[in-house]
Amino acid sequence: MSTTEFHTEPEAKHLAAAPRFENKAGRFIGQKVVRKEDARLVTGHGTYVDDVVLPGMLHAHFLRSDFAHARILSIDVSAALELDGVVAVLTGADFAVPEGSLQASMMKLLAAGAPRPKDNPLALDDVRFVGDPVAMIVAESRYVAEDAAELVVVDYEPLDPVVDYETAAEASSLVHPELGSNVAGEIALPFDDHVNGLLEGAAHRIEATFRQHRHTNVPMETRGIVAAFDRYSGELTIHVSSQNPHEWRRRAAELTGLDTTAVRAVQKDVGGGFGQKMFMLREEAAVICAAHRLGAAVKWIEDRRENLMAGNIARIEKGTVTFALDADARITAATLDHLDDAGSYGSSGGAMVGMLLTGPYKVMRNVWKTRTVYTNTVGRAAYRGPWQFETVLREQMMDHVARQLGIDPVELRRRNVVQWEDLPFTNPMGMTYDIVTPSECLEQAVEMIGYDAFRAEQRRAFAEEGRLLGIGLGLYVEPSAQNVATLNTEGATVRVSATGKVDVYLGTGSHGQSIETTMAQIVADELGVDLDDVVVHQGDTGQTPFGGGTGGSRTANIVGGASAMAAQEVRAKVCAIAAHLLEASPEDIEVSGGNASVRGTPAKAVTLAQIAVAAHDGVQSLPAELDVALEASVRYRHPDVTWSNACHASTVEVDPATGAVKILRYVVSEDCGKMINPMIVEGQVAGGVVQGIGGVLYEHQQYNDDGIPLTTTFMDYLVPTACEVPDIEYGHIETPSNTPGGFKGMGEGGAIGAPPCVFNAVADALALVGAEVFDQPLGPRQVLDALIAAGR
Amino acid sequence: MSTDEHPVTLTVNGRRHRVRVESRKTLADALREDCTTTGVHLACEHGVCGACTVLLDGEAVRSCLVFAVQADGADIVTAEGLAHPDGSLGPVQEAFRACHGLQCGFCTPGFVVTVTAMLRENPDPTDDEIREGLGGNLCRCTGYQGIIAAVKHAVANGGVQ
Repeated sequence: MSTTEFHTEPEAKHLAAAPRFENKAGRFIGQKVVRKEDARLVTGHGTYVDDVVLPGMLHAHFLRSDFAHARILSIDVSAALELDGVVAVLTGADFAVPEGSLQASMMKLLAAGAPRPKDNPLALDDVRFVGDPVAMIVAESRYVAEDAAELVVVDYEPLDPVVDYETAAEASSLVHPELGSNVAGEIALPFDDHVNGLLEGAAHRIEATFRQHRHTNVPMETRGIVAAFDRYSGELTIHVSSQNPHEWRRRAAELTGLDTTAVRAVQKDVGGGFGQKMFMLREEAAVICAAHRLGAAVKWIEDRRENLMAGNIARIEKGTVTFALDADARITAATLDHLDDAGSYGSSGGAMVGMLLTGPYKVMRNVWKTRTVYTNTVGRAAYRGPWQFETVLREQMMDHVARQLGIDPVELRRRNVVQWEDLPFTNPMGMTYDIVTPSECLEQAVEMIGYDAFRAEQRRAFAEEGRLLGIGLGLYVEPSAQNVATLNTEGATVRVSATGKVDVYLGTGSHGQSIETTMAQIVADELGVDLDDVVVHQGDTGQTPFGGGTGGSRTANIVGGASAMAAQEVRAKVCAIAAHLLEASPEDIEVSGGNASVRGTPAKAVTLAQIAVAAHDGVQSLPAELDVALEASVRYRHPDVTWSNACHASTVEVDPATGAVKILRYVVSEDCGKMINPMIVEGQVAGGVVQGIGGVLYEHQQYNDDGIPLTTTFMDYLVPTACEVPDIEYGHIETPSNTPGGFKGMGEGGAIGAPPCVFNAVADALALVGAEVFDQPLGPRQVLDALIAAGR
Repeated sequence: MSTDEHPVTLTVNGRRHRVRVESRKTLADALREDCTTTGVHLACEHGVCGACTVLLDGEAVRSCLVFAVQADGADIVTAEGLAHPDGSLGPVQEAFRACHGLQCGFCTPGFVVTVTAMLRENPDPTDDEIREGLGGNLCRCTGYQGIIAAVKHAVANGGVQ
């Protein structure tokens, strides 16, 4: 099925209901233009952090703990120091960093006052997971640094590891003894008479517990940094592989005590992050401190074993959900008891899981509690849709409830989903959705996948051939571009150079999102110039405005908003100068094709290059009151969360002999507002979907009972390959948002919708033989276990 | 520093490099550090992900699993060498750009080399052969949709010859 068949243009029914949107017919916005980034990347000429080579640069390597939990009794570095080429061997005591210096700026605000582990780039007294950095060797080459690591002697006293997060709260051993508990945080909303009444008076009250397993981001480029400190100029330059260069600059300043003005963070190309590189982790902090201490340039490039062992964990959590439904299967109340695993040093998305549990459905009340615990595993970090367990829980629960009540899962969703007429709709947590189309996406996905025909084929294939086919859905609304702390705002500077070419400076940290292309599309349309005449600069805090980082599906509308507004300001200045040169009124000037011309008299025109020359070289002949600064810096403040939404649908076949799952078809119906570049939208969807598929069927970051990681190579941690993935089919519904340009965020969505979609399809197939599944992953072993439990 | 160094001659993208390398130095590291071909990317260093794939005497190999000394005298082509001499994109590279076959771009040079070798051996692969041929390279951004499309695009536009 082609995309266009299902493409709903902005002129469709919802446009009238979104009057705040000004639909500009862009030459570039909305077009599948190829990317500006690509020429250098396809030829191997990108500049990733490992490609940065500085004069006299040293190389760091970390000696890491082999124990999940142990006390360091002594560290002897003398033999390592004797090795030729070794410059320094540093241990935890060498890194006395200020308290709070490793905490992200955003979390300082959001988690103010909450107890947290001591900031220590290297282990100080105890090691808290296998891979915990214990010593850092700085040498003339990485080979020598790794040789030296073998000469460091560490004496450990093993302690009991806390590995199982479900029992961590009761464990006698403490991951962080100074905190007095393995419970990192708890939030509970109280039950009240209203919600108790809804639960007690329900026609149906259904409860289920679902688990999501530990997996990890796996950017193809691992983490890395080159930090260089010049003692004589006082400048610290960090070349980073991050999503968030301005945050890294702040961390580096706080870690070293330098002024932020003495620190410059630079990144050119970054090989993925998916959340892992949004905030600085301990090794990068250690490299910065070492460079500062040594007055040298120090490079550290994480290897894959380190990334899988000591990068981060994500997704590991469980939830017990209760739905109260009336006699018509309308959900009246939902409750959740949630637990997640922060690892040794990590954050939690638990509150967001509770807040968003009811998703696109019209539920009156939602009461939840969430608890986060520490374990002796790697720290948890954000992974594409860090709160996506709300969709996993809800959508898997919808199918479970449908089976319990004997209702088709599409019908159950139809009875509960928010309709266009319901908007604006305020969910039971007080979050207001507007300009969303979950019902429309549900119907589009159902139509595209051929739901009814598949149901008929499923029955036939089972009855006649005993085959286990299944179909699943995943429906969600996504709070893209959240309006919290640092994430609220972005800046853009747009500048017309003396030749008429346009420079755009953004505070972003692109790591695959195509920002150099999409933001240029916006600016080119606003200024009426060719796409080739606009160059986007980002990733260098020395030249770009402050930004909150690339993540959280926030770039399209927040950075897009800043870019559009800055370009509009420049356009006004361009028009004023053009009006003077053409002896016309500024209101009569229009820009297109690289020209400014008098409306209705296209022959009466000057080129942007001529205007630029006038503003740079011929200022003396322009009136004094004319603003000749052909640039504007705008800080866009995002008014509210922008909700996007999608519905995923997939069909699978389960092989009852092997437990293997084959995905037959995969459909995504997405509404991300006005699409800047549909090719890039679909690329983002596809990437997220395949990460979600990988998470359910293949990826599992495992520890044994002693806390030893078992999946530290790509032979053990299974990332999907081209052989496993289905062809993804896309449907688009474009309802423009109320932000400049009408964009909505969508980068994370694929990874939010895919896990429950695939899970539900497998569960649907297994239900044919009475087998049930509640926990991910669904590898062959788990599928066979479910079949065996059902007596097959 | 180790005195265990060997003179090695590597012809990389048509240019001869005479370098001295330790016997344990991988071809990938030698290409990156001694021959300026930083398009050779290391994403696993244990031969699974394919990001470091190069053509070694015409055959696609993982340069992280070859020692530089083993490649002495070899003719090596990296992603850099698959562009035209004037800097314009080669056919596989052009197909990756046309089909959005890359996002972060880190795995891309390895894919470009792999696909080039694949299409030289089999200029008209079936869908299954394309997936099989790509199966030894990992990408975390694209979900392989754009990459598979790029291979088909390259085939439709005359392949790699």
